Amino acid sequence: MKSYIDSLPNKKQKFTRRQFLTAAGSACIMLGLPALPFPKGSSLKAAGNDQRFVREARFYEKLSHKQVRCKLCPRECVIDDHERGYCGVRENRGGTYYTLVYARPCTYHLDPIEKKPLFHFLPGSMAFSIATAGCNLNCKFCQNWQISQVTPEQVDSYYLPPDKIAEMAGDYRAQSIAYTYSEPTIFYEYMFDTAMAGRQKDVKSVVITAGFIEKEPLKELCKVVDAIKVDLKAFRQKYYSEIVRGELKPVLEAMQTIVEQGTWLEIVYLVVPTLNDSEKEIRDLSQFVKEFLGAEVPIHFTRFYPQYLLKNLPPTPVSTLERCKAIADAEGLKYVYIGNVPGHSAENTYCPDCGQLLVARTGFLIREMNIVNDKCPKCGTRIPGIWK
Amino acid sequence: MNRRIFLKKSFLLNSGFWLGRKYALAGSNAKAKVVIAQNPAVVNRHQVQSDQLLALLDKAMQAYFDCDNPLQAWQKVVQPDEVIGLKVNCLSGTGSTHRELVDAVVERLKEAGIKPYNIIIWDRLNKDLEECKFQIRSRGRQVKCFGNDLAGFHPRLQVFGQAGSLVSRIVTDYCDGIINLPVLRDHSIAGISVALKNMFGAIHNPNKYHLNTGDPYIADVNAFPVFRKKIRLTIVDALEAQYHGGPAFQPQWRWPFAGLIVGQDRVAIDCIAWQIIEEKRKQKGLPPLKQENREPHYIITAGDTEHRLGFVHKEKIETIYL
Ligand code: SF4
Repeated sequence: MKSYIDSLPNKKQKFTRRQFLTAAGSACIMLGLPALPFPKGSSLKAAGNDQRFVREARFYEKLSHKQVRCKLCPRECVIDDHERGYCGVRENRGGTYYTLVYARPCTYHLDPIEKKPLFHFLPGSMAFSIATAGCNLNCKFCQNWQISQVTPEQVDSYYLPPDKIAEMAGDYRAQSIAYTYSEPTIFYEYMFDTAMAGRQKDVKSVVITAGFIEKEPLKELCKVVDAIKVDLKAFRQKYYSEIVRGELKPVLEAMQTIVEQGTWLEIVYLVVPTLNDSEKEIRDLSQFVKEFLGAEVPIHFTRFYPQYLLKNLPPTPVSTLERCKAIADAEGLKYVYIGNVPGHSAENTYCPDCGQLLVARTGFLIREMNIVNDKCPKCGTRIPGIWK
Repeated sequence: MNRRIFLKKSFLLNSGFWLGRKYALAGSNAKAKVVIAQNPAVVNRHQVQSDQLLALLDKAMQAYFDCDNPLQAWQKVVQPDEVIGLKVNCLSGTGSTHRELVDAVVERLKEAGIKPYNIIIWDRLNKDLEECKFQIRSRGRQVKCFGNDLAGFHPRLQVFGQAGSLVSRIVTDYCDGIINLPVLRDHSIAGISVALKNMFGAIHNPNKYHLNTGDPYIADVNAFPVFRKKIRLTIVDALEAQYHGGPAFQPQWRWPFAGLIVGQDRVAIDCIAWQIIEEKRKQKGLPPLKQENREPHYIITAGDTEHRLGFVHKEKIETIYL
């Protein structure tokens, strides 16, 4: 410790950029695509305090004494001058509120759309996936906490403006851009402009979110994106308070808004043993989905693995996931999947009317795609989703 | 020979301020000592008088450590050849830890045998330090000054209660001991931001811990073993304090307290600081923090049996006025 002085690093020490998705890398190789669009050490790497990343926030109000109130997510942080909101990526500078992560992804990758997971959206296609640092929640089981629970200065990032992302997605034959890994709500301005840029190049946009967002920005967003997957963390406020640090009600309202806006919605429910897996909770959830969102909204019950601050619980038993699926099926939901259990038959899509196998999956791979003109080839039932 | 000359004031003990609760060490004989040293001449028209400040610091240190001279007092805090970090608070520009106080502490540390290059003045970001006129310096033989953004964070997550954070390498790797140099001020969310809350500048995710007026997060963060082990002393910069509108610098709500608050029990110090701010608010016709739903209950939590970070009970705090 005494000789630390001359061993101080010249370069900022940061977290190693996370190695996302081995499986996607394999998929890229199979598809003949590079796992990473740029070689390591690309000159696009960005410096810490670069003004290119700073844009005035879209949804906030100015208060007295240089305070601001953010109106992007239901937390509605009231922020003093020089301070940041809960998400850590928005800063009050002299009474004006700024996002610090515009065009500042800390990671980008080419993923199969099934990894998101979106099962009723262009099966077998690739999604050019980006994330910035930050999140407006703090889930105790977060698997990406090294990027979601940090500020933009604490991770390496790139300067990739919306046009560039759209161009890269096109170059790598991705059919969509996915805003994912952390929480895209907090990089809203960047996501919104990138989705617009993508549309100009015929690249769709999908949002992978916890759905903790205010109605007005969400409605605007729905106009420029094609699908939203909401991670519904539980169906009890207690869980949201203790495990997620958020609120359930706004998430339920957000899902209703997505459906009302006609944007494709899928739901993921991470089943955490003993915390959100009771029969009553799953039944209540299923009834809510059926009544307020529609029986055709796909729901994925996915397996939990111990992570981050929640390491004292075992991985979810497959039997628990099967029980959740059975409850949701019994309540009349038509597309109920089991996730994070590669090879399970509940990864497949079946026709809810005749039982015909429509899409056969193993992990992120599509083995069979039998939907024809958005319909079941056997009985002609229309299968909801975006298939081409 | 005991050459302390001080008055023991009792307004804190008699004001009905103290809260009832199960206290961590209520049954033991141990006590926290907190020294409040004031001298109106130390601040003149917002200008800190360095010579007066050094004298005030010396007086406070001697009183706290019951020593005949400042060197003896500092020798009870640090050992020659140690690396000592000075955790300033540079978040609110002009309202931050005064440069003059830092200089005074540095001077005494050097006299106590600490090499200049083994002193690190630090806070969250280089940018914050520069805004407070500190010069960033990470190499060479002079006093060092840099932010967590230069040093980075230790990759092992520290977990206590509801908090899980990475801690600055300045604390985990570089320093043997930390001297905490917070400011005395109001905080719009946490009620007050003084000794305990200053450690938010040492973790990677303070933005996550302002829920519920920082309770229990501020206490939880301070309970990380690395902080328990390394924080040696707190000297609160109360030269100019703020009783409302903090942590942002709001000149209309500042007043020249013209003092320092010195101690090693961060909980006891925060209890005193809380009281001082409440009294000033009352004097200025402002409601108590509780009425504004921002009572700093995290201080009480920090003293509970789970955290055991210090004393909150009036009988357990010896307040010494100079
Ligand atoms: S987006 Fe960030 S700053 Fe805005 S309300 Fe949500 S957490 Fe707070």
